[in-house]
Amino acid sequence: MSARDVFRSIIGIELDENSPYYAPKQRTLDVSHNVILYLDDITVSFDGFKALNKLNLMIDAGELRCIIGPNGAGKTTMMDVITGKTRPDSGSAFFGQTIDLTRLTEPEIAHIGIGRKFQKPTIFEQHSVFENLELAMTTDKRALKTLTAWLRDDDRDHIADTLRLIRLDGEANRPAGLLSHGQKQWLEIGMLLMQDPKLLLLDEPVAGMTDDETMRTAELFVSLVGKHSLVVVEHDMAFVKALGGKVTVLHEGSVLAEGDLDSVQNDQRVIEVYLGR
Amino acid sequence: MREPFIFRFLSALDARTRAGVSAFLALALIAVPLLHLLLPAGSPFHVSTYAITLVGKIMCYAIVAIAMGLIWGYGGILSLGHGIFFALGGYAFGMYLMRQIGRDGSYQSDLPDFMVFLDWKELPWFWQGSDSFLWAALLVVVVPAVVAFVFGYFAFRSRIKGVYFSIITQALTYAAMLLFFRNETGFGGNNGFTDFKRILGHSITSSEMRLVLFGLTAVVLALTFIFAKWLVSSKYGRVLTAIRDAESRVMFIGYNPLWFKLFIWTLSAVLCGVAGALYVPQVGIINPSEMSVANSIEIAIWVAVGGRGTLIGPIVGAFVVNLAKSWFTVSFPEYWLFFLGLLFIVVTLLLPRGLVGLWKTLRTAQGAKA
Amino acid sequence: MFKHLLATVLLTGAFAAQAAPDPALIRQLGDEDSSVKVAAIQKLAQEGDPATARVLQAMADDALQLAGDKVLIIEDDKAFDAVSGEPAPMPADAESITVNNRIRGELDNALAALKLFDADRNVRLDSARQLQNKVSSEMAPLFERALKKETDPEIKPLLKLAHAQASLTSKNPATRLTAVRTLSESASPAVRNMLQPLTEKAGEPDNRVRYAAISAIKAIDARLSRAETLGAVFSGLSLGSILLLGALGLAITYGVMGIINMAHGELLMVGAYSAYAMQSFFRAYFPDAIDWYLPAAIPLAFFGAALVGVIMERTVIRWLYGRTLETLLATWGLSLILIQAARVLFGAQNVEVANPSWMSGGIELMPNLLLPWNRIIIIGFALFVLALVWVLMNRTRLGMFVRAVTQNRAMAGCVGVPTARIDTLAFALGAGIAGLGGLALSQISNVGPDMGQGYIVDSFMVVVLGGVGQLAGAVWAALGLGVFTKLLEGWSGAVIAKIVVLVFIIIFIQKRPQGLFALKGRFVD
Repeated sequence: MSARDVFRSIIGIELDENSPYYAPKQRTLDVSHNVILYLDDITVSFDGFKALNKLNLMIDAGELRCIIGPNGAGKTTMMDVITGKTRPDSGSAFFGQTIDLTRLTEPEIAHIGIGRKFQKPTIFEQHSVFENLELAMTTDKRALKTLTAWLRDDDRDHIADTLRLIRLDGEANRPAGLLSHGQKQWLEIGMLLMQDPKLLLLDEPVAGMTDDETMRTAELFVSLVGKHSLVVVEHDMAFVKALGGKVTVLHEGSVLAEGDLDSVQNDQRVIEVYLGR
Repeated sequence: MREPFIFRFLSALDARTRAGVSAFLALALIAVPLLHLLLPAGSPFHVSTYAITLVGKIMCYAIVAIAMGLIWGYGGILSLGHGIFFALGGYAFGMYLMRQIGRDGSYQSDLPDFMVFLDWKELPWFWQGSDSFLWAALLVVVVPAVVAFVFGYFAFRSRIKGVYFSIITQALTYAAMLLFFRNETGFGGNNGFTDFKRILGHSITSSEMRLVLFGLTAVVLALTFIFAKWLVSSKYGRVLTAIRDAESRVMFIGYNPLWFKLFIWTLSAVLCGVAGALYVPQVGIINPSEMSVANSIEIAIWVAVGGRGTLIGPIVGAFVVNLAKSWFTVSFPEYWLFFLGLLFIVVTLLLPRGLVGLWKTLRTAQGAKA
Repeated sequence: MFKHLLATVLLTGAFAAQAAPDPALIRQLGDEDSSVKVAAIQKLAQEGDPATARVLQAMADDALQLAGDKVLIIEDDKAFDAVSGEPAPMPADAESITVNNRIRGELDNALAALKLFDADRNVRLDSARQLQNKVSSEMAPLFERALKKETDPEIKPLLKLAHAQASLTSKNPATRLTAVRTLSESASPAVRNMLQPLTEKAGEPDNRVRYAAISAIKAIDARLSRAETLGAVFSGLSLGSILLLGALGLAITYGVMGIINMAHGELLMVGAYSAYAMQSFFRAYFPDAIDWYLPAAIPLAFFGAALVGVIMERTVIRWLYGRTLETLLATWGLSLILIQAARVLFGAQNVEVANPSWMSGGIELMPNLLLPWNRIIIIGFALFVLALVWVLMNRTRLGMFVRAVTQNRAMAGCVGVPTARIDTLAFALGAGIAGLGGLALSQISNVGPDMGQGYIVDSFMVVVLGGVGQLAGAVWAALGLGVFTKLLEGWSGAVIAKIVVLVFIIIFIQKRPQGLFALKGRFVD
């Protein structure tokens, strides 16, 4: 990035169309072919070990997709590639028809509408629940703008709505670090919703939740389908069943099987992978 | 409806802070000058020149401590090289002070003595404009800012953090110290700048000038404190602490940590530069040892002693440690390093929240009893 | 005419070899006037009679006395006549012949010249080397005679060079030309200076000789600069081996515990002071075996520093795991305490640590390229320590545990690795290696309370550059940094070189934030 861009983004001038930096308005999502995420032949290797091996994956707009697979199948690495944390050795990753994800940084990818929940709940433990949601809220996120940023009434309403949705409205002013594990998971999901992303990546969202909480989460996710696209990585088969979407099985870095849960569960290769040879 | 900016700025201060700052300013701007000028030297309430210089010096350190508290306590970035920014500010203003000596140096030359000694015939290019007070004041801000911005941009862009960053900053100040030690660099080498005579034509050693510098430092300290208070209570401050606690989360919700870190880093450097510029005329000397690794690490201990994650903590720490230092180095010079070393260990092991944290804990405990 | 001259020289040579030294010249050795003595020594040397060697040696040993008109050699309370070599009665009133520094130098030269005819090859080789830089024009016949007799392939070229130097001032242009051409083979700055006047018309009237001199200087310059580069590479390697010793320990402690030990430089200091302590101990109790103090100090340096390390780990660092930035400050506090402790114990001044005699001197690869023994030994020592660490880390159970804890502390704990004890041991090992580094350092630089501070930044740079916890990375980074620094120093001076290196590292980290040998994978955050 050029010195001019550096200067501009520091003083907060809107950037021109060609700059890759913080120009979310220009980078509109094109889902004309009804595909929101398209991974093509992605390979990632760490010191010779292929975490992803020519992975192909297509997610439709508004779809809810579950990804399952044994440990080391490459689920987390796949999420890293989509969110810009890891650069693939080869292959391409497109968001909609036009946006090449492999060229963007993590914050840029967040801006264009991909939200991610980590395997281990990552929230701001020193901040209150309310502040966690406030920070996640979609708004101008450049450094100097935040100096003078303030909350409008409709922002407060928006946060209050989300608090109710994730059932934390009684905990708004508690430090997030004091929440229970399940509550933390919910808070992180709430933060994701505040971002209002087109695509949500959820890495084991119900780990550590009670059965009751798990089912409520499933309800929440199902209610999001259509407006948002969701990719859920999960081991909990009851949860996957409750979500009811298409299931993709990853094994050794590539897709082993795809289809609804029943057909996948009866697939001979899948059984072999899970039960061992 | 949007409230006026200045109103929001001031509302960042609670009533207690406002009262505290006002009392501090009244003390520094009214009480100290009166006690110094009006009372005879023998009076028990007389404030001596020594005391004014000492406290003035420590107030400069306190500004540096706030700067360090901002990046370390709130940003989670531990700099072990903040001495370089302090010294750069000091040197920038020192250049002006050197030019104010005029022909009163030992060689009675238009050039500063050390240049005559090096047999230089004219001012080097980077000394151009050093006759002007305003230019010097500009340099005090701009030079540390540019150095910090460039260094920080490259360091933060490649996501250098934690101890890595600390070590690199240490190398930075070390390299700068070596550079300034050279005579040919053009900043007086080993001896640095000293023997100042005047500021804006007025004698630098007169009581009035001392009081003016003292008062100015107090005002800058108060403004720095208020500004920092506002900064950390803004949304910017919340994002900053969020970066400290979970940087990847911040990235994935769409903030670019680079600019957040870079802003606080550069701001912190500028504050140090200003503190350095206030320090030099009061202490009367600036030399490359200000950039030594040991000096920069000491700044961190002021903050740690006072309490990280607060703004009053660094000020308290700067005063406590430096008062202890001036007492020790007079009474038991042998034991100062032992004490300082122990302080580093005890504070990190037993008082992770510093004196302010200790005080808060004690108050809570008392409250629970009562 | 030339032939005739040669014949005379040969004749006198043959004659002198058989005759006893000229009694008049011997007598002049005892003259009051130093100039007379010098002249006599030079003449005696010209004659090249091995028998005079005994006389001159005695003079150099202050064993030559003057009794009346007779010059006597005193050996073990017995007197010998200096001319005939026969025993003589011990005189009552003999006085020593005084030898001042100028005469002593002259004697050394003369003895070296005489040794060119010694029967022992090594004596002749030493002498030919020694004379290279002390050639004067009167010595031409001497070298010529020696050349005639010499058959050894190593000594002969040296004699040729020396002879050529001596014949540069010859009146005969042909002789001078031959001499210049021979000298173009040299690589000595002294020879270059000697040829310099011949490149100007005032110094050399003959064109052919002058042109030959100019091209000879060019050839010598090329050789000299090659030697200089080699020298820089060598001192770079030796600096690198010191950095390596400093960084190895750091790499282990950082790799295993993820903590940066700011007091690491002070562990170097502990090692250096243990060399000093051992030296003092030997001086007091075993002055005869003083040369052996250094090997004896190796265990002291290792275990001394390791003990300090264990104390540090047990009392402070243990309580700060996972709080890396705080550890930085706490260990800095430890370093301040250690520095002040050294000041209190040994004084604030630097102490003197002498090289054992077997470490002084060096190998002269070229006339301007001396590889000092102390540096060679340090490089060897560093390699030895490296090999030891490698074996320890890769071939022992302790090493396996250490590597296990490095990779996954929690898992290692689960499978029964005593992580707390491994931490202590690893820290002790790192500290001990630092102690060894300090021991090596004591041989080439000052030993004082602040010595560790100068090396800590460099050691960190090695670790940063090499990638944390990577032995191979530390090795390459240390040697690379050492050589790079020294090459730069030759070109830009020490301070600028240091700054350039630091800037280079900062830029390097832009490209490879994880260092030269990066760990990759999903565990790296």
